[in-house]
Amino acid sequence: IYTSKLNFDSVSEKIPTFRVIELKGKVIAKKYDNTDTATLNKIYEKMVQLEEMDMILLQAQRQGRISFYMTALGEQACTVAVAAALNDIDLIYPQYREHGCLIWRGFTIDEFAHQCASNSRDPAKGRQMPVHYTSSKLNFVCVSSPLTTQVPQASGAGYTFKLQELDRIAVAFFGEGASSEGDFHSGMNFAATLGCQTLFLCRNNKYAISTPSDEQFKGDGVASKSQGYGMLTIRCDGNDAIAVYQAVKNAREYIVKNKKPAFIEFMTYRQGDHSTSDHSILYREEEELKSWAQNNPITRLGLYLKKKKYREIDEESDKELRKKYRQETIKALKSAIEEKKPGIHELFNDVYDRQTDNLEEQTKQLREHLDKYQGKYNLKNFEQL
Amino acid sequence: VCQIGRYFFFFQAEDGIRDFCLSRGLGDVYKRQVSTQSTWGYFMITNFNFLLKKSCRRYFSHGKRYQFAKDIPSHTPRTKMNLFQAINNALDIALQTDDSAVLFGEDVKFGGVFRCSLGLYEKYGIQRVFNTPLSEQGIAAFGIGIASVGATAIAEIQFADYIYPAFDQLVNEAAKYRYRSGNQFSVGGLTVRAPYGAVGHGGHYHSQSPEAFFSHAPGLKVVIPRDCIQAKGLLLASIRDKNPVIFLEPKALYRNAEDEVPTEDYELALHKAEVVQEGKDITLIGYGTQIRVLKEAAKEAEQDGIKCEIIDLQTIYPYDIETLVESVKKTGRCIVSHEAPVTMGVGAEISAALQEKCFLYLEAPITRVCGYDTPFPLAHELVYLPDKWKVYDAIQKTVNY
Repeated sequence: IYTSKLNFDSVSEKIPTFRVIELKGKVIAKKYDNTDTATLNKIYEKMVQLEEMDMILLQAQRQGRISFYMTALGEQACTVAVAAALNDIDLIYPQYREHGCLIWRGFTIDEFAHQCASNSRDPAKGRQMPVHYTSSKLNFVCVSSPLTTQVPQASGAGYTFKLQELDRIAVAFFGEGASSEGDFHSGMNFAATLGCQTLFLCRNNKYAISTPSDEQFKGDGVASKSQGYGMLTIRCDGNDAIAVYQAVKNAREYIVKNKKPAFIEFMTYRQGDHSTSDHSILYREEEELKSWAQNNPITRLGLYLKKKKYREIDEESDKELRKKYRQETIKALKSAIEEKKPGIHELFNDVYDRQTDNLEEQTKQLREHLDKYQGKYNLKNFEQL
Repeated sequence: VCQIGRYFFFFQAEDGIRDFCLSRGLGDVYKRQVSTQSTWGYFMITNFNFLLKKSCRRYFSHGKRYQFAKDIPSHTPRTKMNLFQAINNALDIALQTDDSAVLFGEDVKFGGVFRCSLGLYEKYGIQRVFNTPLSEQGIAAFGIGIASVGATAIAEIQFADYIYPAFDQLVNEAAKYRYRSGNQFSVGGLTVRAPYGAVGHGGHYHSQSPEAFFSHAPGLKVVIPRDCIQAKGLLLASIRDKNPVIFLEPKALYRNAEDEVPTEDYELALHKAEVVQEGKDITLIGYGTQIRVLKEAAKEAEQDGIKCEIIDLQTIYPYDIETLVESVKKTGRCIVSHEAPVTMGVGAEISAALQEKCFLYLEAPITRVCGYDTPFPLAHELVYLPDKWKVYDAIQKTVNY
């Protein structure tokens, strides 16, 4: 198709945002109001669990009991409702703010606490900072600090699932900031050209630490980029748990049926600081926070359930539930902190599948050094072999 | 491995079985006991949607294992192959014996710019041998993703000079996958192949030797063959090794090296340096194309009555220090030689380690004969390279110290 007009034009129409319920829980997309109520109630409960656990662990960091933490405040629907819509076997490649998926899939509060406390009960042997969770049993690949690296990896996994003819998809989570990295471009492009069973989920929460999204890109968000790769693209209200659920369910079906990837941009807001090393009031206004507080994913779903008379949790039991999760988290954290740290030998394990000569030698060197300078190192909190 | 109902019991279990089951979501290690003698445990298969297809064969089958090429019996059927044909043969065998294996990169479908993948797309089909878009970071990460779910990924980077966009994925992700997850996830099935080294006219961006960069990332392995038989055996060993391996191929030898290469499925040992030539007066250590240079320098030195011992590192990282120590304790003199720039190169590490372990046995300082600390030049390649005269000169100086 040729044209004789020389028009410099970028896309003028913004991609609309899919939504099923409004802020007060009223249904505006009747066609998609068919999620079963047991699932919705469980989503509600798990979002509450996520919020309460976050608040306690955040306080624990402020009290110096754990070294670091990241909350998912305001974004609970973007992970809990996603996990609800996926199959448990679908392999999640997280960024670092998706512990809601782990909660849905049954990661216990104790397991969260062990990892945050870096103790010997952490299956990852205390090797990483808090919130760098992983669980092969729950199909949740290890969180790693470098941003966006997981995106093209999810493409590779989704490609393998296609070849093996599995009813299984790979799911990559990332923020809108992370979508500026080259790995996003590669991951999306590979998935589209090679036909990978991969679902790309962008949590556009408006901030990458202090950088607002209008300093991150000039086009129509991240969804417009996805269209550029020739990929099925949906923009979804990330604080509408029902819309999130429906979008993911439909996208998943499309992916497995067509053996092609899909992309969803969740429009949401990061209510909390980026992490405990951040102080977000330095770069954003109270009014903005207050305004977005009116759009709370847990409240919206709760109002919907109440309106429709589906709810299993009323105001009273909600209070009790929150108290229960707070107490459980406090208890789990207390005992996790009291546990021993992983044994010193764990420093040298798992670099390779088998110990190599250089590591064996270094293990010996360290052991000799620690024996010789026993008094200079406080090792009583480490598990002894 | 024996199966009783839903339970698979294994003894002296290879991690591969565990990785395989975990990566396919087949279940959890229900109980695992580790003692100094053995590791045993059993799996409960929790999800029967996944069949144990023949792709599990990769965990149980492997080629004939030899330590060095000279250990392969002379009666083994062989065929004349050059280096790219030997590599092609290795790739063919890898794809044949492991149906989870896929080969990908830029231009691999038509055979690759160096012909290493010739005929493989025609034989194995587009799903298993395919072109990727032009993105090295994507190629590495895609390979990591494939390996993270238990399949075998053979990724090709067109020239080692272009591997740097993949550095983040290789160092921050591939190298640390197993360690950071406490062995719940790993990418042992990943092998990244790239042509490296001087070729006569390559200049800055078709001649580099980046082995040192990756030898500083615990969790990775770096392997470099010197000739055809080694290339095939070490490549198959690297592909089947349960850790991510960077396999650098000496591009100058793709056509120039030829040998009678065994046609069977065989592997050579990783982490073993080979004494290519014995001698009592001085140890020359190198790898890849440089072994030929060392041999020629040794021939010159022989005319002066100096008997050189030549060692090929083969696995650059982690390397076999024991073989090097044994040799240097015998000769008391040592030269390390590589094309890569001298400062902070592999030679620096080996010199440091050897003087630590063999100080009192040394009759002279250890010398490095390497490239200069400049980008790889075009017009000046002739004088940049650590050629046989530079090595010969270093031999003379060291022996006469």
